Amino acid sequence: MNTAPVRILSLLVAGVALLAGCSKSGGGSEAAADAIVIGEFASLTGKEAAFGQSSHKGTQLAIEELNAAGGLLGKPVRYVYEDNRSTPGESATIAKKLISRDKIVALLGEVASGRSLEAAPIAQASKVPMISPSSTNPKVTETGDYIFRVCFTDPFQGKLLAEFARRTLKAQKIAIFSDVAAPYSVGLAQFFREPFLAGGGQIVAEQKYTGGDKDFKAQLTAIKSLKPDAIMVPGYYTDVGLIVAQARQLGITVPLFGGDGWEAPELIQIAGSEALQGTYYSTHFSPENTDPVAQKFVAAYRARYGGETPDAMAALGYDSAMVLADAIRRAGSTESAKLRDALAATSGYAGATGATTLDANRDASKPAVIITVKDGKFQYVETIAP
Amino acid sequence: MTELLQQLINGLALGAIYALIALGYTMVYGVLRFINFAHSDVFMVGAFSGYFLSRYVPHESVAGAVFVLLGSMIICAVLGVVIEKLAYRPLRGRSTLTALITAIGVSLLLQNLGQRLFGANPRSFPALFPQRQFTFEGGLVISSGQIMVFAVTLLLLFALRHIVLKTRIGTAMRALSFNPVAASLVGVNNDRVISFTFALGSALAAAGGILYATNYPSIDPLMGTLPGLKAFVAAVLGGIGNIAGAAVGGLVLGLVETTVVALGGSTYRDAVAFAVLILILLLRPNGLLGKRQAEKV
Amino acid sequence: MARSQYALLVALALIGVVAAFSGQYNPYFLDIAVSCGINITLAVSLNLINGYTGQFSLGHAGFMGVGAYSAAMLTTSFASSLLPLLGGQTWLLFALALLAGGLVAALAGLLVGVPSLRLKGDYLAIVTLGFGEIIRVVLQNIDAVGGPRGLIGIPGYTSLFWVYGLAAIAIYVVWAMVNSSYGRGFIAVADDEIAAEAMGIDSTRYKITAFLVGAFFAGLAGGMYAHFKQYIAPQGFGFDRSIEIVVMVILGGMGNTGGVILAAVLLTVLGEWLRQFGDLRMILYSLLIIVLMILRPQGLFTWSLPRRRAG
Repeated sequence: MNTAPVRILSLLVAGVALLAGCSKSGGGSEAAADAIVIGEFASLTGKEAAFGQSSHKGTQLAIEELNAAGGLLGKPVRYVYEDNRSTPGESATIAKKLISRDKIVALLGEVASGRSLEAAPIAQASKVPMISPSSTNPKVTETGDYIFRVCFTDPFQGKLLAEFARRTLKAQKIAIFSDVAAPYSVGLAQFFREPFLAGGGQIVAEQKYTGGDKDFKAQLTAIKSLKPDAIMVPGYYTDVGLIVAQARQLGITVPLFGGDGWEAPELIQIAGSEALQGTYYSTHFSPENTDPVAQKFVAAYRARYGGETPDAMAALGYDSAMVLADAIRRAGSTESAKLRDALAATSGYAGATGATTLDANRDASKPAVIITVKDGKFQYVETIAP
Repeated sequence: MTELLQQLINGLALGAIYALIALGYTMVYGVLRFINFAHSDVFMVGAFSGYFLSRYVPHESVAGAVFVLLGSMIICAVLGVVIEKLAYRPLRGRSTLTALITAIGVSLLLQNLGQRLFGANPRSFPALFPQRQFTFEGGLVISSGQIMVFAVTLLLLFALRHIVLKTRIGTAMRALSFNPVAASLVGVNNDRVISFTFALGSALAAAGGILYATNYPSIDPLMGTLPGLKAFVAAVLGGIGNIAGAAVGGLVLGLVETTVVALGGSTYRDAVAFAVLILILLLRPNGLLGKRQAEKV
Repeated sequence: MARSQYALLVALALIGVVAAFSGQYNPYFLDIAVSCGINITLAVSLNLINGYTGQFSLGHAGFMGVGAYSAAMLTTSFASSLLPLLGGQTWLLFALALLAGGLVAALAGLLVGVPSLRLKGDYLAIVTLGFGEIIRVVLQNIDAVGGPRGLIGIPGYTSLFWVYGLAAIAIYVVWAMVNSSYGRGFIAVADDEIAAEAMGIDSTRYKITAFLVGAFFAGLAGGMYAHFKQYIAPQGFGFDRSIEIVVMVILGGMGNTGGVILAAVLLTVLGEWLRQFGDLRMILYSLLIIVLMILRPQGLFTWSLPRRRAG
């Protein structure tokens, strides 16, 4: 009779324990060697790779610029990044690796609130500051005082869109068409619905799609028959482009609008500029923004990445790294508590996505702009302050 | 009423695309008893081939469109043959599950290579055929893209039927699907016929990719997974190995899916295809148009 | 006491000793070790279905997901009502949660197994894949567990002891089942179902048992996973995860428990090692699958070719 399996198992446990024991967890900050180590986790492959790759490129550009200018606190910046394959479960492991093995001083990431929420408790417990470039779920920074973000939150954006719909679009009856697979979309819809209803508006229809779907005609047809004044689509540009195009194909002429997930140069290509007439979205950043910091970023990005124009994720990725760098400089050290305090004190930092101030909840408080598309070009409509 | 008609058109147009992809699955399975998991990614390569080829032709011209379509069909035919030679041929004679896992491996490889080479950002597919909307009374809208899908699918269906039933190589394919050993005994070059089958199936996938991209002009390296799976369900639904079955299965699935979405179950859209698959395999495993086959011992 | 049971107790004791020092280990390596343990349980449970009984299942991650969510619900939403009943002992709550997860997963296994009885080979594989995806979509639509946003804030009850203890039990159960005279039936069904039936073996019963037990342990592993990562989402229990587990079983050699254990550990560690290649990681992984199937379909740790269906 063969007891091999159980024996193998015991050996394995012993072996694994040895392995684990070999490298004991070094305590906190090793006398910062000869470099400042910054970690990043992003979805570089898998379903949400489009966003992860974008934000990663922005962050990478920032780090390269920092090193070209002589590093931080006189030391070069060592950049360690890992791919979480858009898969739940990976981010937690990556956070542990970056913190305990690579000894990062801060963690940058993630685009998706779900994955940020996965890593945040680990960063918080290890007292490593974490900055999310674009996770908008309020719960992310609620995890603890070491977690920050450089983008606005769903409640803020939802409220401003509700106001915009009522005030500027003069829409009384709205249909919401949200991405059920994206926490961002569900969250934004939820935080739009409440203030909009409170302001006396009516939601005549709520349809759902799953991110990655290509055919929205069935739901759009259903929406069309209920005759809304405007349609809110709190989704990502990857789907919005097709949604807008198909809506116009079906003869829907009312305005469509959404949030910063729309922001990307590809939007015009996918939807076609004709279809995008009469659509609006709120965002932090626009490549057309004449602000010098933004323009400098756009030029640098284009130069670095073969003429490609950055989208909002890239700009936010860039800012997350730059805000961190600014805090490191102000703190004069990378010691975790000092760095955390310096980050919390960030005020009016001139980033590519606007003047960034981190409020008491460690969320970015900054104005949003509304953009529309006219004649194939993005056009600024108005600014809404927090 | 208009809404019903509109949903009907939507469903049929969607179904026609599934039918086109399903043709490739059904052919390869019919001849080789093998589910080519990588078919959905050949579909994706077809769309990307079209994207890159379209840079060399003027937009919105029929001649250019035909060039792009044929060009990507040829590219994918070659890809299909290469995959068969490198990954599947060494496994001939081994268990079908080994082949299935290899196919999954090839599929993953193509997807990840695509993400590496093309980047994960979706690209917008240019308008190859002139785009027009035809509006009818009551607000019913049919787009030229949808009409194209019907037309091309029908064309390719008949072409395929002709090849399989009326040409020598088609006869060889049918012989192979009955009994490979006997076929080789009567002089059929199995290797060559199998390569041809893959080439044909892949070309069809490419056509499906181009039409799909024309109607939903956003392409990305992972675009093939879901349409591919659904097309496979369509093939099984119609009776796998049966060409007309693939067409019927595709249309039925498209209609069922659109109905579910129209009734408010859009978030269950993907599960629909699988539910259909399971039902069909339980109730009528040989598909709508298939024949019962007894298992000999 | 039979030698095998003795071995199990020794293993559990050893595990207990090693786990006692958990606080000393580097968190990252601890993380890998726990992942290995969970994967061992998953692979061994799938091996019963795939390897020993020859039922090709591509939806195993669905059972894991069902178990993960069931267990997590008990320790989050229902914790406040259950904990007082258990005298405030969290380990008891955890055990209960895991058990619940396992049972619900077993139920799912039953639901998947019964309809699948008539199908073989490719068709069975695709149907199980379909079930796995349906489970994922259903989980995505249940708002009460967070839908696609996932479930956060799951308490981190998992420890080395729990994980490896469970793995040891899983290995023991599967191995004991298959190596009993009753258990020979599993292998008979895999070899040639019709011949087995002709010999009086109720293949239906064996197949269902395989699915039930396999799903049960997958559910336990899922519960373990949920309390380890402390965050679960439906996307993590889809086709990709199922394939990962299938590759472990194939690499180890279908029907070879020892091989499967080694394969699970190897692949978990390999996954981590491949991180340094960034986005080449998945490309290398898929190449590995292809090369493996072409060169050594019987797995790395077996010496005979995979069984083919007779005839």
